[in-house]
Amino acid sequence: MSEKIFYATAGMGRKLEGKALVAKDGFSARYDLDRVRGVFSRPEHKLAGENYNGRILVLDAAKGGVATAWMLYEMSARNIIPAALVLNAVNPIMVQGAALANVTLVSGFNVDITLSIPNGANVEIDPSAERPYIRVL
Amino acid sequence: MKLNAEEESLLAGEGGPLRKWAMDHQIKVGRYLGAKDFVPVVQAHIMADTESLGKAGVEWLEQWTKLPFEQRKVKIPTITDPRGTDFAAAERIKQQPWMLDLERRAIDAFESFGVLMTNTCINYQTIMPPVKGEHAAYGDTGVVIYTNSVCGARSNFEGGPSALSAGLTGRTPCYGFHLDEMRLATLQVNVKWTPRELNDWGALGGVVGRLAGDYWQVPLLAGLDRIPGSDEMKHFGAALASFGSVALFHMAGITPEAEKAEDVLPKSKTVRVHNVTEGDIRALQKKYLNEVDSVDLVVFSAPQLSLVELQQLADFLDGRKTKIPLLAVTSPQVKPDADRMGITRRIEAAGGSVLEGMCFYQSYAREMAEANNWKRLATNSAKLTNIIGGYGYKPALLSMEACVEAACAGGRIAQ
Repeated sequence: MSEKIFYATAGMGRKLEGKALVAKDGFSARYDLDRVRGVFSRPEHKLAGENYNGRILVLDAAKGGVATAWMLYEMSARNIIPAALVLNAVNPIMVQGAALANVTLVSGFNVDITLSIPNGANVEIDPSAERPYIRVL
Repeated sequence: MKLNAEEESLLAGEGGPLRKWAMDHQIKVGRYLGAKDFVPVVQAHIMADTESLGKAGVEWLEQWTKLPFEQRKVKIPTITDPRGTDFAAAERIKQQPWMLDLERRAIDAFESFGVLMTNTCINYQTIMPPVKGEHAAYGDTGVVIYTNSVCGARSNFEGGPSALSAGLTGRTPCYGFHLDEMRLATLQVNVKWTPRELNDWGALGGVVGRLAGDYWQVPLLAGLDRIPGSDEMKHFGAALASFGSVALFHMAGITPEAEKAEDVLPKSKTVRVHNVTEGDIRALQKKYLNEVDSVDLVVFSAPQLSLVELQQLADFLDGRKTKIPLLAVTSPQVKPDADRMGITRRIEAAGGSVLEGMCFYQSYAREMAEANNWKRLATNSAKLTNIIGGYGYKPALLSMEACVEAACAGGRIAQ
């Protein structure tokens, strides 16, 4: 199983399992999402049209502006929100938003995580482990 | 993180529950991002529009307004990014009463903390430009990148909760661009063609942003044949931050930390090098035009317009008549000057609208599109073109002059 575990440099939030939604593309709640419908709405995004509610998003890098820091909290209050965020590279906004909204977040891998987790795979994330990880079940 | 006595006392709740929350939030963020300690900041700038706060965010703010004033008052000058509306123009752009109600509640909450409602993303042009070496906690990516790069001050992207925290504690976790070693270039971009128009500067920012890739990258630009002005830096930086999530750039021989390229290049390793040509810049612009040959409205926003940009717009519009909506968005600091100098009157005489204190994409853009049947827009802001697709619009990136031509031609874009 060890080849299916990918260790992150940092993590926050709670341990959970879920179904991964994976793409080699960036992430910004403002730029990419129709937050009312719970789908990726930016036409150029590789997940355009996909429903993200309850999914574990595995994406490349945090993109765009500062709005995600408030938006994750608002999305959480309406229960239309990804279960967790898994990113090759965060920006501070993703961390700040996850901290306010108590969203599980792990980031920083020694492989390209978007090429390592199959889309649709069931995965486990433990951000509070001594070495935070994502594991394919 | 290492805390001093004051920080320990705030974390223990001795400054009240709101400051305790703020300190706890900052420690969570700081630990994640590797901060060893805090750094005092001179000013905070909060992204505070209700389109992003939502009802839940406003209620979150309101829960703290019942505290005694001394427990909720910010400790340093704390200002705000654009709001979700211009109350005077809300009916004209078909915003709904519930949006205005939510905005009023958010304003009341922020004012109860002692926040100055400046409602601007060009505070570096209008309020108080930061000084080289100062540490700040700024929201709005365009503000941060200008602060870091053009002013030589130091800030990370501080989202609303973190900027408010900084206002309440007077400090921020010391990671990222507060640190000397993080401010060195990680890639060099040799620019083979110096942009002319603001939309060209924005497109260059978009191209470099895509090359950079993520927040931790610091592009060094070389080869520019003149010093860009403040509005050109503004459009370049805003687009670079938007397309690449980049917070700091250097321009060799131009920006304050890069008197020479060697000043910001790491001594112990080489950085990747890219060339950017006029063709690369035109290709980014053309990509949008491939999908749009006519538009429903023209928007000048993101960032808010300076007085000089408004004057340029008025010059283009004199003696003309727009046949589709033309919105020009500026700050509450610039608008009175534009009114006093007759600039607003000239733009509005041609059929345009000058709005203040908001920003187009932060102002319920999706709902405005549905209410006004807006589907395609022209703008000279590369940042806006990068954002607005997610709200259901098809954008075209044109020069200010070409945007005016489109507005006066009923939306048709001259090819």
